[in-house]
Amino acid sequence: MTATLTDPNRPAQTPAFQKISGARQFKNYLAMSLMGLAFVVAVIPLVWLLVTVVVSGYEALVNADWWSKSLKGVLPEQFTGGVYHALYGSIVQAVVCAVIAVPIGILAAVYLVEYGNNSRFARITTFMVDILSGVPSIVAALFVFALWVTTLGFETSAFAVSLALVLLMLPVVVRSTEEMLRLVPDELREASYALGVPKWKTIVKIVLPTALSGIVTGVMLATARVMGETAPVLVLVGYSRSINFDVFGGNMASLPLLIYNELLNPEEAGQLRVWGAALTLILLIMFFNLVATLISRFSAIKTK
Amino acid sequence: MAKRFDIKDLNIYYGKFHAVNSVNLAVPPRNVTAFIGPSGCGKSTVLRSLNRMHEVIPGARVEGKVLLDGEDIYASNVDPVEVRRTIGMVFQRPNPFPTMSIKDNVVAGLRLAGVKNKKQLDDVAERSLRGANLWNEVKDRLDKPGGGLSGGQQQRLCIARAIAVQPDVLLMDEPCSALDPISTLAIEDLITELKKEYTIVIVTHNMQQAARVSDQTAFFNLLGVGQPGQLIEVDDTEKIFSNPSQKATEDYISGRFG
Amino acid sequence: MVSIVLIGLFLLIQAVPSLLVDNINFFTSPEWSTGDVANLRFGIRDLLVVTILSSLVALVIAMPVAMGIALFLTHYLPPRVARPFAYVIDLLAAVPSIVFGLWGAKVLGPALEPLATFLNTKLSWFPLFSGNNVSLAGGGNIFTAGIVLSIMILPIITAVSREVFQQTPVMQIEGALALGATRWEMVRTTVLPFGRSGYIAGSMLGLGRALGETVAVLLILRSSPLPSSFSVFDGGYTFASKIASAAPEFSEPLSTGAYIAAGLVLFVFTFAVNALARYVAGRGKAKAS
Repeated sequence: MTATLTDPNRPAQTPAFQKISGARQFKNYLAMSLMGLAFVVAVIPLVWLLVTVVVSGYEALVNADWWSKSLKGVLPEQFTGGVYHALYGSIVQAVVCAVIAVPIGILAAVYLVEYGNNSRFARITTFMVDILSGVPSIVAALFVFALWVTTLGFETSAFAVSLALVLLMLPVVVRSTEEMLRLVPDELREASYALGVPKWKTIVKIVLPTALSGIVTGVMLATARVMGETAPVLVLVGYSRSINFDVFGGNMASLPLLIYNELLNPEEAGQLRVWGAALTLILLIMFFNLVATLISRFSAIKTK
Repeated sequence: MAKRFDIKDLNIYYGKFHAVNSVNLAVPPRNVTAFIGPSGCGKSTVLRSLNRMHEVIPGARVEGKVLLDGEDIYASNVDPVEVRRTIGMVFQRPNPFPTMSIKDNVVAGLRLAGVKNKKQLDDVAERSLRGANLWNEVKDRLDKPGGGLSGGQQQRLCIARAIAVQPDVLLMDEPCSALDPISTLAIEDLITELKKEYTIVIVTHNMQQAARVSDQTAFFNLLGVGQPGQLIEVDDTEKIFSNPSQKATEDYISGRFG
Repeated sequence: MVSIVLIGLFLLIQAVPSLLVDNINFFTSPEWSTGDVANLRFGIRDLLVVTILSSLVALVIAMPVAMGIALFLTHYLPPRVARPFAYVIDLLAAVPSIVFGLWGAKVLGPALEPLATFLNTKLSWFPLFSGNNVSLAGGGNIFTAGIVLSIMILPIITAVSREVFQQTPVMQIEGALALGATRWEMVRTTVLPFGRSGYIAGSMLGLGRALGETVAVLLILRSSPLPSSFSVFDGGYTFASKIASAAPEFSEPLSTGAYIAAGLVLFVFTFAVNALARYVAGRGKAKAS
């Protein structure tokens, strides 16, 4: 080989590397382009949707009344009034839901991580949480209707909505809390046991505080998620054009319900309210997501 | 087929970290070159840069030249895929493709290159498995998954897979570190046979192994924490193990550190 | 956690009285009239057809796109760039379903009308494209609903696939690259076989979401007096949208029971799909270790 290299009459040197075939290279680039294209395909509807909502709805939001007035006494064709009654409903229903779901969810997660030990009951619980997370919101709503309204005889109310939302929020809270608790290093627990601290106290004083910011982040995300749910409000509470502070009785508006009802209003003012409420709902959810992100960023769990 | 390597002033970086400093080394064809040295001295990094496998790690880059029979594998018109096709590699832990049968594992490289002829694939599979001293052990179960073999057999399967594409050079990154002594011996015997046809570069932690299988040995060392790895000296294996010219080499070989 | 059993039991108890007085076959009839309590006639055939067709359209579109995105994010883009890109996809999950419905009904549906007309008239040899029981104008059909559903389930399929693709052992990836595989060949020989069961499980989770999605479908689909013609250009109701559409009139227990029966079928359906997803994922995990 080395001899031929020095031969002045040698033919053009054979390349050291065999070129990969054009077909293979083509396939490689094709695959990469298709993947990039898939991403673009997914972004188009997102951008399209957001732009549509912002362009069609921002006009409603810049009006000061939007945030401070309800639609009480506003005629369908009037460009006045606001959504403060619906904003109140959305937030209150989600908060009531969180007040019920968060303690149960955290207790369940603590059981699974600290006491479950992969026992039979723990495995069944995990399986149930998995399945519960797949229950469609309309089924959850129907269940609460069957239990709360038909069987127990209560009237439809914002509280019934919150109960249905609990079913949807619970699996999310359990999962995220579980994940955070598992991130807490065992050395911390052992250090506490070594000082003679009982298990329950170790969990309350050491484990939960360590995981707290992660748990709060999960709760915020879960709350944001249930705020966008429409099926439960359609089934479990009537729409009201004015403010109702009573969680246990009467009709109460929420942003999704307002959108759904104003859709029936053919007037231009109704359309503006629809898009305005959609934009408000997105902003509300984004706000909760943003808070969640900020919490997780500035107080990440101290694993090291 | 076997080709020679010339490594000229090779520097390797991971992001801002300077991992290996200015390596100059010639690897003759049909010859086994062993890289030895303490952990973290950059010997595996240098080996991986010889077929551009280090590029798998984000942020890794090299400066300098690696010439294969005079051609720079880092030239701008050279695709890393071509380089790896020409320079085979065997890893620390055997890594057969778990979803493929033994035979499919061996011919995976050829299949990628577009060979479809069944007869040719069968022939290559047999030849490569014989070449890896594995044929007699697996000829009755070529269609079984490769994951069912013992660790030593899996490693020879990976060697068969590497030589099936008839590379010019074989790189081995501590190929025996996960194996028991008997499998290690089998692989060492195999290396001695393979060097009749291939240029082989092997990284090893085991100095007896370097002494047994290699013709030439390169000793790498770290000058200090956070400092880049250095090639201290390279020479005939016999000379390195009997009369090295550097004090650090002698200390390492006699077990005084590392 | 007994809530799962409770849900099933409660729905069943409340559905049985209505099912007993149903005057037509519950499973095979396309009819749905619950106004006259003395003569209840309700069958779920068309609900089933519309639910399955719209979910299938969603899955057929979302599965390849999600796989492409997941591979792109895990094995093509450098991690630093991939993170914000992944965040963009997750943003899709933050958009509430009623907004998707609004956009689908008011913006996407009309925009898709020419394409729908083309498929419906020029490619009608394909069974799912032939026929329509609602006008194509405005796009209030399964085709539009399916596309919107595909966008809605994209984040979950992508997220699950991303996670499993990411876990492909580096050893295998390096093994393929060292043999001279191109990036795509590496993906095909190592990442896809490794991640297949996770990808399928993620798709099943997405399917579960699509089957149960309520308000987006309700806003998009136009109702039709005609029975289903088994075409993606039909209108009508899915289980979920049917229930939601009748919600304000849940006063008479017997007619409510008919809807609860539909809800029960949906519940069993999604339960089966989700359980299957867990099973597939669990088996994949067992095989990988």
